[in-house]
Amino acid sequence: MNEMSAGLRDLRIALVGNPNCGKTALFNTLTGSRQRVANYPGVTVERKEGSFLSPGGRRVQLLDLPGTYSLRARSPDEVVTRDVVLGEQAEVAAPDLLVCVADATNLRIGLRLILELKRTGRPLLVALNMFDIARHRGIEVDVGRLSALLGLPVVTTVAVRRGGTEALLAAIDAQAPPGEADAAWSAPDAAGLRTLQREADRILAAVVRVPDRRDAVTRRLDAVLLHPVAGLVILLVVLFLMFQAVFAWAQPAMDLIEAGFQAMGAAVGALLPEEGTAGLLRSFLQDGLIAGVGSVLVFLPQILVLFLFILLLEDFGYMARAAFLMDRIMGGAGLHGRAFIPLLSSFACAIPGIMSTRVIDNQHDRLATILVAPLMTCSARIPVYTLIIGSFVPDRPVGEGAWSWVGLQGLVMFGLYAAGIVSALGMSFVFKRLLWRGQPTEPFMLELPDYKLPRVRNLALGLWQRAKAFLRRAGTIILSMMVVIWFLSSVPRPPEGATQPAIEYSFAYSIGHAVEPLLRPIGFNWQIGVALIPGMAAREVAVASLGTVYAVQEAEEDAAQLGQALAGKWSLATALAFLAWYVFAPQCVATLSVIRRETGGRRWMWFSFGYMLALAYLAAFVTYQGARALGAG
Amino acid sequence: MSFIADSVLAETPAALDLGAARRGFRGRIRGLRAFASGGLPAEELERRLLELGFVEGAEVELLHQGLFGRDPIAIRVASATIALRRQEAAAVLVEPM
Ligand SMILES: Nc1nc2c(ncn2[C@@H]2O[C@H](COP(=O)(O)OP(=O)(O)OP(=O)(O)O)[C@@H](O)[C@H]2O)c(=O)[nH]1
Ligand SMILES: [Mg+2]
Repeated sequence: MNEMSAGLRDLRIALVGNPNCGKTALFNTLTGSRQRVANYPGVTVERKEGSFLSPGGRRVQLLDLPGTYSLRARSPDEVVTRDVVLGEQAEVAAPDLLVCVADATNLRIGLRLILELKRTGRPLLVALNMFDIARHRGIEVDVGRLSALLGLPVVTTVAVRRGGTEALLAAIDAQAPPGEADAAWSAPDAAGLRTLQREADRILAAVVRVPDRRDAVTRRLDAVLLHPVAGLVILLVVLFLMFQAVFAWAQPAMDLIEAGFQAMGAAVGALLPEEGTAGLLRSFLQDGLIAGVGSVLVFLPQILVLFLFILLLEDFGYMARAAFLMDRIMGGAGLHGRAFIPLLSSFACAIPGIMSTRVIDNQHDRLATILVAPLMTCSARIPVYTLIIGSFVPDRPVGEGAWSWVGLQGLVMFGLYAAGIVSALGMSFVFKRLLWRGQPTEPFMLELPDYKLPRVRNLALGLWQRAKAFLRRAGTIILSMMVVIWFLSSVPRPPEGATQPAIEYSFAYSIGHAVEPLLRPIGFNWQIGVALIPGMAAREVAVASLGTVYAVQEAEEDAAQLGQALAGKWSLATALAFLAWYVFAPQCVATLSVIRRETGGRRWMWFSFGYMLALAYLAAFVTYQGARALGAG
Repeated sequence: MSFIADSVLAETPAALDLGAARRGFRGRIRGLRAFASGGLPAEELERRLLELGFVEGAEVELLHQGLFGRDPIAIRVASATIALRRQEAAAVLVEPM
């Protein structure tokens, strides 16, 4: 067998099925990849490729595709699926075999899609996934009978368990060499859909026995979590707890990291002399690397806590519920509940949020969501917010007694997140009104998946990936910006016998002073001006830059204590204006380039850059002047 | 109201549209009466509902509803739970069981 198949070319297989039926979980198990798996429809929005060796020794190229209810390609993610299935993309050959994945606990819609796929004439193999859950609920499926009625091979799979894909692998090996598919396919009309669904229902009645107790757990939970009043309150409490936790849980780990960097700085200080070339090196290590990059790395624990919350919500199945609860509120902003999922994902990072708008089929609704997604408070703002809150907001409970568990700092953080959400919704309302007046919002239709217990492995993997991504950012973009900043603030060196602080002879000082007049109305000093310019690359860079600029300026041993330095140097009005600036500022090159890619041109990229910059300036101006008028100048 | 709807309603006086149903309502789908909504033409709305399993004969139950205007609603259709707005649910004609 091995020798025979060694001569064969790679087998190309694509995974097709309804959203959330477990295609990506299967893909990961088969290929050993780590693509995103989560319990809500519309997680995968791109084609992903992987490969594995079948037990029969055949190399298989596997494609994971976005989930779909039909081949009609209503939204950009479904276009990807249709193009692959029908072989309509010039650069990729049509797959040799389609593995139709269906959720065994919810076969009805999946079966209709399988019948629709059958019409394409392509070789099919059916995988009844989530068979563990089906069995647990006492759902009985006569697999042999189903296979006979469909005229297709059918296997059962448990995508999330090792060994859960054995039957599928065996069936892949048993697959005859592919024949030519007839390419004539046209989308079924309403009558066609009815016929297909009736046929699916007939088959279901013959092969599936469902016990009368349906998923009682999901029902009972939804009775509370989707309760008209309690549901909304719980959603708010969940978000609120998330921000409290970001502060409360991360603190010990942050203290540890900070202490580590301080020790490192001190060690470098002890090893290298202050004068000469070695002094330059010492300044670079202490002020550039340790004070700069260190001031960003300190926030890793907070970012992980935030991600843990988001991953838990995603895996549990809460995202679709949040969309349900928020639908009417989103409706006020001209969007529908479904757009809340990309916005909620943007809490982590706007990039996956923008990507996931592909599930929105109305072009203008999608564009509006893309434009406002960067206003949601992404994790890159955490360092900025935390730094300012930590230096200017006292760390004490909001009140006595019943309120003693609510920290003031967490409350301010929650307020900043709320400001992000409110401005995102507000701007979406404005865009829908100004740009696309009178165009209706597309209907809200969303499948609510059953709740699932989050898997520790999936959570750990997700956290690890985020941590890696954050460290990579710190090691690349932030580090290189730091080198630039350190260079600009240390060169030229002061002349012999200089009387002013060294930094006043540097390029950074000149640059900062050049932009300062522009920034004076919003209360920013020249150090902030220096930090903002490289901070255009990524938000955290601003914090790191401030760390370096103040460290060079102070030239003190204890450079890691950026917060304390700020508390002494900035007025409260400046600090508040800085926060207001960061609620809106478009400071992330990666996000802008994703906007360009997803909207197919520079136009909307510049548009979002421009409107956010204008809003940032305006917000900082109003905040600064307002705060000064109130005596916080 | 369209001609089709009238004829369906005439046959079964008990039929009502799902958009007007109360929480806890259980019934069976009698037909679809699609109309243009949310920028979609009638035919497209009908197809989308069909694709989510709203096909004649299927059992439905209104499980949950939102706070504002009792909207949106969560409908159990056979083995799936679908969230949609009452506005579009009105295209689904049901008879109580
Ligand atoms: N118990 C169990 N859970 C599964 C199984 N397969 C997938 N899941 C879970 O089902 C959810 C959805 O899985 P995904 O792999 O993201 O689904 P998908 O089909 O890729 O979804 P989209 O990308 O949105 O189309 C996740 O929470 C998985 O952990 C299975 O066989 N058994
Ligand atoms: Mg997927």
